[in-house]
Amino acid sequence: MEQYDVVIVGGGPGGLSAAYSAYENGARKILVLERDRELGGILQQCIHNGFGLHHFKQELTGPGYADRCIALIKDKPEITCLVDTMVLEVKDDKTVTAVNPEKGLFTVQGKTVILTMGCRERTRGAIRTAGERPAGIFTAGAAQRMVNMEGYLPGKKIVILGSGDIGLIMARRMTLEGCKVQAVCEICPYSNGLTRNMVQCLYDFDIPLYLSHTILKIKGKDRVEGVTIAKVDEKMRPIPGTEFEIECDTLLLSVGLIPENELSRVAGVEIAPFTNGPKVDQHRQTNLPGIYAAGNVVHVHDLVDFVSDEADIAGKFAALEAQGKLAPTVQTVAVRPVDGVRTCVPQVLHLPEGGEATRLFMRVGAPARKVTLEVKCGGEVLVKRVFPVVKPSEMITLDLPAAKTALMSGEITVGLKQA
Amino acid sequence: METKVMNCIMCPMGCEMTVTMEHGKFISVTGNTCPRGAKYAEQEVTDPKRMLTTTVRVHGGLLPLLPVVSADVLPKGRVKDCVDCLRRVEVQAPVQAGDVVVKDILGLGVDILASRDMESVVS
Repeated sequence: MEQYDVVIVGGGPGGLSAAYSAYENGARKILVLERDRELGGILQQCIHNGFGLHHFKQELTGPGYADRCIALIKDKPEITCLVDTMVLEVKDDKTVTAVNPEKGLFTVQGKTVILTMGCRERTRGAIRTAGERPAGIFTAGAAQRMVNMEGYLPGKKIVILGSGDIGLIMARRMTLEGCKVQAVCEICPYSNGLTRNMVQCLYDFDIPLYLSHTILKIKGKDRVEGVTIAKVDEKMRPIPGTEFEIECDTLLLSVGLIPENELSRVAGVEIAPFTNGPKVDQHRQTNLPGIYAAGNVVHVHDLVDFVSDEADIAGKFAALEAQGKLAPTVQTVAVRPVDGVRTCVPQVLHLPEGGEATRLFMRVGAPARKVTLEVKCGGEVLVKRVFPVVKPSEMITLDLPAAKTALMSGEITVGLKQA
Repeated sequence: METKVMNCIMCPMGCEMTVTMEHGKFISVTGNTCPRGAKYAEQEVTDPKRMLTTTVRVHGGLLPLLPVVSADVLPKGRVKDCVDCLRRVEVQAPVQAGDVVVKDILGLGVDILASRDMESVVS
């Protein structure tokens, strides 16, 4: 069985960034396993720009960002990338079994393993909409791949359910390709996308946005013919009498993303509630020693830049552990989100002597203005940061200096307070 | 005097701004909380610009489509014309990221560039 310092499952931005970081931190035998025909992951279909401002200090398209990640690891004999390679099993002994057309079924062993499988889209089944099973219902990402990479259109008259960024981006993309986007429908009273995308993808093209509306029924037997839409009340229940119909031949769903953790679960990785990804420490180590995770498999990000940042952390510490250079833990601290903070990664801190500088990544439960984010331990505020505005759709971060983490014990809470 | 309400896109605050204009000329803006907002508002009502990303046909490549991006912002009103122009463009693999696909599109002074490498595949 071939031995590696670090084996990485997934060759998207997370896996590629982790591979480069592992290399930079001294790992000398690194393997990246990717199931698609090329590296880069979902970035290759996100042809719009706006990526990379944080991580590469330059505005890039999705494929441009992928190219930058690939360029960093290309031609390095220490890093092997296998595409067209499907990982079938990861075990807690850090063996990874995969299959591809050249090598057939094979198993490799890593001193450490990094899970960077990303996430997938929620489908129609996840939102329980009434109607037949006609052709013409796609997830927004599947449609994006068709339009931007494969070269065909899923339909001509489009309704989009969900106003997350993928839904908004696809509204513009389909319009530019000559389709008519009839409406974007959002069950929340606010959009879940960036303001920039609201303006440049919807308002620029006069595409109607129905907030606090949902789809009750999909019409059509063999092909989608239209949708029945209704207003919802504050508990998201449809209000009788508000129904109306919109004609369309295609429905695109942009209704959320699910971290892809089938391999993690089988390996015995503990999955955290709400994020639906592995519970990790500040090094992105899971509950299984030597198995790390980073990127959208841990929690869904809104910026790929943060995926790369997080993968840098996982790559670094996986490489250090593979070389036996990881500092021993002297203090274990649980991180608990409270008061308006819905999720926080990492969920646990394994602190060495003297503490360790750590960045927390959080999502709030509801939009708010002028709030203070407070990190408390035993009732005492250790670190705080004021935010002029917070939204569920935008991940927020807070840096904990090493000296502050050295004061922590037991449990810390992360919560919002009205400023 | 006419007024226009718009959302600022310069940062996550997303300030709602009201712009006052006279005969299509920018007069003033309220509702912004920083100077970047005022600058954006003036640009947006007098000469709005947008980046353009789309695809062109590529022959002999790993994929049938090559993603492209404008080297700079284009007048918002001409974006659709540029897309129509690019719909008729076809290129041959291999292509390198940054290669000029269309020079000075529609005389607007902006080049259209390949967003990624596209290696050629022998079929």
